[in-house]
Amino acid sequence: MDLNFTESENAFRYECRSWLEANVPSERLPSGDTKEGFALHLSWEHKLFDAGWAAVSWPKEYGGREATLFEWLIFEEEYYRVGAPSRVTQNGIFLLAPTLFEFGTDEQKSRILRPMARGDVTWGQAWSEPNAGSDLASLKSTARRVEGGWRLTGQKTWSTRAAFCDMAYGLFRTDPDQTRHRGLTYFMFPLRAEGVTVRGVDRLDGDEGFAEIFLDDVFVPDSEILGEVHQGWKVAMATTSSERGLSLRSPGRFVAIASRLINLYHRFRDRSDPVLRDQVIQAWMDAQVYRWFTYQTVTRMAEGEEIGPDSSMNKVFWSEMDVRTHETALAIIGDALELDEASPSAVDAGDWMKGFQFALAGPIYAGTNEIQRNIIAERVLGLPRK
Amino acid sequence: MRFAFTADQKMLRDTVRDVLRRACSPEVVRAAWEGKTEGARAAWSTLAQTGLIGMTASEGAGGMSMSELDLLLPLEETGYAAMPGPIVDTAAVGIPLLEAAGTDAQRERWLGLAAAGEARIVVSFEDREMVPHAASADILIAERGGAGYCVPIDEVSVVPERSVDRTREVGKVSFELSPSYRMREDVNSVALFALGRERAALGTAAQLVGLTRRMLDMTVQYAKDREQFGKPIGAQQAIKHRLANALIEQEFARPTVYRAGWSLATGARDAEVDVSLAKIYAGQAAKFVAKQALQVHGAIGYTIECDLHMWMKRAWALAAAHGDAANHRERVGRHVL
Repeated sequence: MDLNFTESENAFRYECRSWLEANVPSERLPSGDTKEGFALHLSWEHKLFDAGWAAVSWPKEYGGREATLFEWLIFEEEYYRVGAPSRVTQNGIFLLAPTLFEFGTDEQKSRILRPMARGDVTWGQAWSEPNAGSDLASLKSTARRVEGGWRLTGQKTWSTRAAFCDMAYGLFRTDPDQTRHRGLTYFMFPLRAEGVTVRGVDRLDGDEGFAEIFLDDVFVPDSEILGEVHQGWKVAMATTSSERGLSLRSPGRFVAIASRLINLYHRFRDRSDPVLRDQVIQAWMDAQVYRWFTYQTVTRMAEGEEIGPDSSMNKVFWSEMDVRTHETALAIIGDALELDEASPSAVDAGDWMKGFQFALAGPIYAGTNEIQRNIIAERVLGLPRK
Repeated sequence: MRFAFTADQKMLRDTVRDVLRRACSPEVVRAAWEGKTEGARAAWSTLAQTGLIGMTASEGAGGMSMSELDLLLPLEETGYAAMPGPIVDTAAVGIPLLEAAGTDAQRERWLGLAAAGEARIVVSFEDREMVPHAASADILIAERGGAGYCVPIDEVSVVPERSVDRTREVGKVSFELSPSYRMREDVNSVALFALGRERAALGTAAQLVGLTRRMLDMTVQYAKDREQFGKPIGAQQAIKHRLANALIEQEFARPTVYRAGWSLATGARDAEVDVSLAKIYAGQAAKFVAKQALQVHGAIGYTIECDLHMWMKRAWALAAAHGDAANHRERVGRHVL
């Protein structure tokens, strides 16, 4: 065990920090889950990519710098430490890209990855359907074989940022004679094409972050299939475990939130009581614990181990920690908690209430925590399915 | 950065696990509960033969100069087995204290015996008169008025108390503060005992992780075997979610303990904060898992005839020993706020 960073890891940290401190926008950007905020976030993404920071762990040929997993964690710690903008490219970089690296053809990788990382082509995910949420395998959207490709028909929903994105990815039934997990295929498809209607849906936090996607006989060429035809479930599961595990929620984010919480606590000290104090300490400790747990997981991955269903523990922990931390912040703020970003008297521009509402989505998206607990019980502890 | 144990550390863990599986079965723990401690004594001797008891002693004293980090996984296994006896006091705290602060005569008399598993050490920190296993130990190492004392147990008054965990044989110790018991005065006793406290808290946290793992293992097995409504109770989502929560508590507690072991072993800055995190999370996990284990076992878990209670009661006692969550959170708070 060696919990010191190596010299080269420290040098990497210094390089990240110097670049970020010099380049992070000094003005807070409007939420990336709104139309105008999305555009501003994209220009930040271009800047990140052009300097080689958009996807540090990727191969150089796709615009990365071949960073190790620990270096990626360091980048994330520095990224959130300086309060850099949230990543509107994340559904591409962190969810689709790992699947592309595992299942994509060379042609797909060289065509898709660089524009994805630069934010020139933006990606939304299209998993859920109106009647296929936790029970994703009951999905109804279909793809029909035609000359040179497929025709997609159906409805997808809760697609984050799809109202602003260019492309999406999801599962479609290609074999009508098969049921459930069998006979599905993983497609990438355009959101601005003949037969596609995208309707934004306002979320709990007021942003138009969600969208419904209606597909009516939309043509997609064969080159847009990821993995084998009818093998989509296996391909998709690779993405969902990155979403639950490390790639979407690195500890840097939570360590930074805990520091901001401590700062808030000091500013509102006259309101503090022993219970709030304990909760602030707890929030700081939870972020540390999540960090050690992640370092342990990353060591396992670096040594070639598959993480598999263990990633569900990760997802339950960070999502519930994030809710608790924001609840603590709101309790510190007191009755001003209701003031949002449009209110001149809002504390920290209403960030905590906004963050709280966003945190509340955590136990729901990427597979609800109920589904995660089933996975933990059945696939880690070995309890019977039925 | 590498957050994992070495192959050697894991091999030692496997050895200890194996030894205890044979030498410290639940029947041995149960016998110790009833005052029949021969089996537990034999387990202690067997463990001593693997070198575990004396592993923190220097090589000259019959040990292996092993660190707090090396000791973690073996101690975790002693928790898994609910092994009775002052193993943390002797191996993690007492032997290093005796070696660092004992006079030549004290070391000559006790160190080799302790390292060989033939003398058990219990430790009483300042103002901590309640000492588990005092009556059956051989030596008391005590911190009084900032000075160290090393007292043969037959010269200590031990007034028996009774722990909810009968194997703990708690007693209230007192002795005459005679110069003949004094440990070396040319060392920084206060700092050495302070380090001893960290080691005691850390070793206890490691045992708590082991207790937690065993309670969860027992309970998962029970949930697979026990049938109601024509199927195993573990097929019910209400049971699954309890046990998933239990595993999450357990698995997030472990790296905090390992991190603290590394911090103490390397003298890292703020090591005591890491020890506090370890004690808080390990104690919390043990208490939480105990509660889930009892509920999933149902009425049988509420009996003395089911083994679970021996692990639960140890967990309750150890979660509060060497600083409970409130004490440690206070210390973390001073660091963070």
